[in-house]
Amino acid sequence: MSRSSDFLRRLFSSWTTALGAVLLFIIVVAAIFGPIVYTVDPFEMLGRPAQLPSARFPLGTDVSGRDILAGILNGARVSLIVGLAASLGATLIGIVIGALSGYFGGLIDDTLMRITDFFLTVPNFVLLLVIVSVFTSTIEVITLAIAFVSWPSVARLVRSEFASHASREYVHACRGLGMSHMEIMGRQILPNVMAPIIVVSSLMVASAILTEAGLSFLGLSDPDIVSWGYMIGVGRTVLRSAWWMAAIPGVMIVLAVLAINLVGEGLNDALNPRMRQR
Amino acid sequence: MAFSIPPFLQFMFRRVLQIIPVVIAIAALNFLLLSLAPGDAADVISANNGGASAEEVQALRESLGLDRPMIVQFFSYMGGVLTLDLGQSYVRGMPVLDLVMSRVPATLLLMVTSLALAVLAGILLGILSSTRYGSLLDRVMSIISLLLYSTPHFWLALMMIVFFSVHLGLLPSGNIATIGGDFSFLGRVWDVFVHLILPAVTMAMFYIAVYMRLMRSSMLEVLDLDYITAARARGASEKKIAYSHAARNALLPVVTLAGVQIGHALGGSVLIETVFGWPGLGRLVYESLLERDTNTLMGILVVSSVLVIVVSLCIDLVCGLLDPRIVHK
Repeated sequence: MSRSSDFLRRLFSSWTTALGAVLLFIIVVAAIFGPIVYTVDPFEMLGRPAQLPSARFPLGTDVSGRDILAGILNGARVSLIVGLAASLGATLIGIVIGALSGYFGGLIDDTLMRITDFFLTVPNFVLLLVIVSVFTSTIEVITLAIAFVSWPSVARLVRSEFASHASREYVHACRGLGMSHMEIMGRQILPNVMAPIIVVSSLMVASAILTEAGLSFLGLSDPDIVSWGYMIGVGRTVLRSAWWMAAIPGVMIVLAVLAINLVGEGLNDALNPRMRQR
Repeated sequence: MAFSIPPFLQFMFRRVLQIIPVVIAIAALNFLLLSLAPGDAADVISANNGGASAEEVQALRESLGLDRPMIVQFFSYMGGVLTLDLGQSYVRGMPVLDLVMSRVPATLLLMVTSLALAVLAGILLGILSSTRYGSLLDRVMSIISLLLYSTPHFWLALMMIVFFSVHLGLLPSGNIATIGGDFSFLGRVWDVFVHLILPAVTMAMFYIAVYMRLMRSSMLEVLDLDYITAARARGASEKKIAYSHAARNALLPVVTLAGVQIGHALGGSVLIETVFGWPGLGRLVYESLLERDTNTLMGILVVSSVLVIVVSLCIDLVCGLLDPRIVHK
């Protein structure tokens, strides 16, 4: 059996991972094609406010008579894009800092780890709110800010991996062959330690989605974009009379985050069979 | 005779000293953010008060010392923070430190209650799950914990309000006490307790899931060790092995993680406190966001970070009691 099919077999050997993958696939398809197929403008007031689901409005209307289904489909894009981009950003920062720290050790390690500890101490979400409120809340600022407060856990992990590889024989051999530090770190060590990094950064997509939802729930979302957290915030104002308005986007967040967590755990089991969680 | 400080006090002293560099770093970060931001406090104040002429804004800037060179402003801000002067809240017209400190007790009450609840429930459920490893109960609990782990707690909070306050009418949906309630001392304690239930339970839910998963895997690891086999060979009951032999050693990673997650919990309390109208630090964050009260926001960042260090110091002391080797490292 080829290596990749063996990997896929291991990945989907548990039904929870398969369930997560199916869920994730549906959400991704809905995010990509939903707004193309269902072309209703999520910002336009189309009918009476707070209608229950009907043929015309499959998920009903919100407090301003906007189509909730249109909001859900457009919100899926925002959640996935922000989640992916923020996690990617955090992973890149974490790899650079962790690699330098673990590979060189000494003073560089001490300095970088003090900075990492600092970011682990400061309440992340509060720091995030300060950053977003000081700048304008565009989707780019929000994504960068989430990446900026999320990298330390990646850096810690990458550091310990690089530190354990830095003194191994193959690294000594590379030095002997006259490779530069950059080459050794990027081309030799990094591919060897990629597995746990992939697991952590895939799980980070889930937490970034939760963080973005929290931000937009507080009203710190991009005013030009509908997101699930924003929709919950809107629904909150009529919670006592129309609770489903806040419930629907929340269920979507739970499903998306659950799907990513399930796939992330499956990746963990497939990539690190020895560290397999029982 | 050489005078030696007991290792326990040395350990405490080192940890308390750590507060200083963190405060300096936060102050520097705050200042950096402020100087990167478009507009300054003078712009914000005049905008909040319905606009002002260019001369008026300039006068305001001079009175706030914003026309001084950057480096002078930096050292004056730094000096202020280190002498516990966090500046004024321009919106509320009171010192930021007084404002922030007045909110700390409510947040501490919420945080300590929910984290204690989470650690306790998480540990018990984790032990239960690990002793029935692979059973239906174990699987159902794993799925529930993953679901809780994936739920945004501000949304869970709303749904709890819908169910327990609106639908069942059992518990109050917000605030820390009944407004205008006239109670005896015990009546007041009961009143606060009733108001505390929903926010504390909601906040605990997420962490119960985290600690349960960790306790379970930590227990499974410990249950494989030789001393457990030895205990079994001596004829100790499975219950005794799980709850007294294994649990004590399996506990350490859970308590350590609880310490690391204080900052995360404080951040999460912004959302929980906002939903439940709990008058703590988190709600103050939200109010300051709405009022564009940047000075207060930055002050909260300083105070909440110090709070994180102090609480995690307390948790380290607990770890020291659980495992005396930590103190001597």
